[in-house]
Amino acid sequence: MKIDEISKIDPKKFTFVQKDSKLHDTKFDTKPIGYFKDAWYRFSRNKGSVIAAVIILCLLIFAIVVPIFSKFNVAYFDTRYSYAMPKSKFLSKFGILDGTKEFKGLNQQSYDYYNAIPGAVTKVYNSYEVTDSGRTNTYYDIRMDSYAKVGFATLTLTKDEYEKLVAYEKETGTQVVYPIVDKKKISSPSYETDVNVWYKHDTKGKAKLDDNGNYINIFQTATEDNISTGNFMTVNNDGTLNDQGEYTVKRYITKNDGNTYEVRALYSEYYKYIHGFEACFLFGVDSFGKDILVCLASGARLSFILAFSVSIINFILGLIYGSIEGYYGGKIDLVMERIVEILYDIPFIVMATLFQIYFARKVGVLPSLLFSFVLTGWIGIAGRTRTQFYRYKGQEYVFAARTLGARDRRIIFRHILPNALGTIITSAVLLIPGVINSESVLSFLGIVSLQTSTTTSVGTMLANGQSTLSTYPHVIFFPALFISLLMICFNMFGNGLRDAFNPSLRGSEG
Amino acid sequence: MPKYIAKRICLMFVSFFVIMTIYFVLVRLLPNPNVEVQGGYAQQVAEMREAWGYNKPIMVQYGIFLKRVFTEFNWGVTTAIAPKYTSVISIIGQKLPATLLVNILSLVVSIPLGILFGIYAALKKNKWQDQVISVVIMLLISVPSYVYAFLVQYFLGFKLGWFPIVMKSGTDWLSPAMIKSVILPALSLSFGTMAGLMRYTRAELTETLTSEYMLLARTKGLTGAQATMHHALRNAMVPILPMILGEIIGILGGAMIIEQIFAIPGVGKLFVISITVRDYDMFLAIGMFYTFIGLAAGILTDISYGFIDPRIRMGGGKNNEN
Repeated sequence: MKIDEISKIDPKKFTFVQKDSKLHDTKFDTKPIGYFKDAWYRFSRNKGSVIAAVIILCLLIFAIVVPIFSKFNVAYFDTRYSYAMPKSKFLSKFGILDGTKEFKGLNQQSYDYYNAIPGAVTKVYNSYEVTDSGRTNTYYDIRMDSYAKVGFATLTLTKDEYEKLVAYEKETGTQVVYPIVDKKKISSPSYETDVNVWYKHDTKGKAKLDDNGNYINIFQTATEDNISTGNFMTVNNDGTLNDQGEYTVKRYITKNDGNTYEVRALYSEYYKYIHGFEACFLFGVDSFGKDILVCLASGARLSFILAFSVSIINFILGLIYGSIEGYYGGKIDLVMERIVEILYDIPFIVMATLFQIYFARKVGVLPSLLFSFVLTGWIGIAGRTRTQFYRYKGQEYVFAARTLGARDRRIIFRHILPNALGTIITSAVLLIPGVINSESVLSFLGIVSLQTSTTTSVGTMLANGQSTLSTYPHVIFFPALFISLLMICFNMFGNGLRDAFNPSLRGSEG
Repeated sequence: MPKYIAKRICLMFVSFFVIMTIYFVLVRLLPNPNVEVQGGYAQQVAEMREAWGYNKPIMVQYGIFLKRVFTEFNWGVTTAIAPKYTSVISIIGQKLPATLLVNILSLVVSIPLGILFGIYAALKKNKWQDQVISVVIMLLISVPSYVYAFLVQYFLGFKLGWFPIVMKSGTDWLSPAMIKSVILPALSLSFGTMAGLMRYTRAELTETLTSEYMLLARTKGLTGAQATMHHALRNAMVPILPMILGEIIGILGGAMIIEQIFAIPGVGKLFVISITVRDYDMFLAIGMFYTFIGLAAGILTDISYGFIDPRIRMGGGKNNEN
């Protein structure tokens, strides 16, 4: 009988060899372990990978949770606190992350300047004298509180606002508004617009101290007569006059209608009054006065969203393309492989740039970036899928399925794909760190601009921080730490995943 | 073998040509800032479009471009990068030495160190030295090169003041001051390459050390060191050498981000500038340059396998890379 005559056999001729007799080898002695269960078992035994997975999860939670619960957002900025150091209220009790920064070799003028600001100088390490060309100058090594350092600020308030502020002062017993400085008594030209200088000084800016070594104030004063008639009013907390029978001026009325006041306030106290909490940034503040913590979390969130979308899209595309290649093989495979080869040879950065120039204005920066990642990103997954298909399609169980009359679709989705899925998922997961890294490189180079008033990206933060790397390394430290940690963890996690899904290692650990 | 090489080179040129066509069409479809001058110079714009040949069909433009490229190797002129209207090729030629200097230096550091540590790790397999090296490899491979750039710039350049934090300007490429100023970028580039080599060498050598011919070598009376030197190491080098060859070709491409951080006037920086100022001819030329390097590195690596290892037979059907 020829092989093609088999299908012509009359079905009635078939009889069961055995129908009701008991088969002895069908029952397993132990419980069968499924593919994914087995992979999970092996993955969980790899301690490094598990720790890496936990850290990735933490970073993910960080990116999701921080922008929701933070007191600030990306749009928030306060340039007065630019470059403020990382500060944590809790940890500052133990002397770390207390928002202070060491300054070395401060000259006398600068030292006097910062010493006059309440709370700015937290510690003087050392003062030394240097004699240079006949002159002796004193220099200081100090530790400075980068929050208190902001000092005083000139504020313009309406009458209502001012009265509320005064009421707040009385209620809490804190002093926010400080006496106005008499501009005529400022001797150094460089201090003319600086409201932090409230002490008597010489033309070079050095403070002139009294006999006890204290600063001598140069506050604006007024006599009884011009209080009511002049364009300023005096409000003295204690209500006392000074020796000359003059009042110290605490606010100017700048508009004739008497509704706008100009006051000199201690900014840290004023901040507390306005926001209801003390200025305190866990990761510090960048050059624009933005909170690094919330910016980093938002940037990370953007990166994660991009990376996960790219990964999912590439997974689907690669799976379809690779399945067709691998399953049908032959001429289809040959043609499709040539297409892949050409696409694969296009440098990513060139394509990403072209898409940016081309589509960024039409469909937005993020979609065009996504598109450039998708254009060639699926190739790796397609290749992997193709290999897996070549590996499994020749196996006996696939032949068996085909002999039993299973269609292509059934063989692909029921028999080959579930076995190949683990490896393919691994390569899709491993796309994520690559995408995050490329995204930060592109935005670092300025090819992609993800910086708007409400969004930012890790690469942009790195680029901003790089210009002040030597003076304020904390601006770049946290984004760099984040990206390094993420890359290390994804690498370890990926290795663990690869081993877990590697069938040749199955059962090797007993 | 010659048939295989010829086939690969032919395929490479096909890829190159297709990619060039894609680039050209995409770049020509971009709004050209030099033609569309703002401010109602309609007459001048029209004349300029005519003069630059932008009114011809795009395939005719491509034909002209191809003719120029293949007959005179003329890739166009700069339109935004100073000096304007200079040959793109000559500008790239000027920028290439800086890129080469940094990258060659990084390879000089990374190749010997990478191989040595890899060998050491393989010889001490599963001892604490190997564990330490494995952790270091993991760290070096994962952390992006720009993070190293920041680290070395801050600690070695700024805190300790051993090296200048940016590259020295000038064209005295081999003077000691210049070499000193490119040590930091070279170092930050070398970590990744070094780690890759370490991992690869370790894996290959571990495999050859446990093979049966090593057992035979020991049985016939060679000492451990002799057997390792003459048999294991030689065989382990077979896949490592092509990898190094690929790296050497790849150095022409350089690293844009490192050039940006250390202010290196190289090709990568030129590329970034050409994007920001929209110099399309330059962009196209450098894009093709990178494409060519990628293709050439791949092909050379593949071919060199055949030359170095006589066991590998090529040309029969599909190459089994995946």
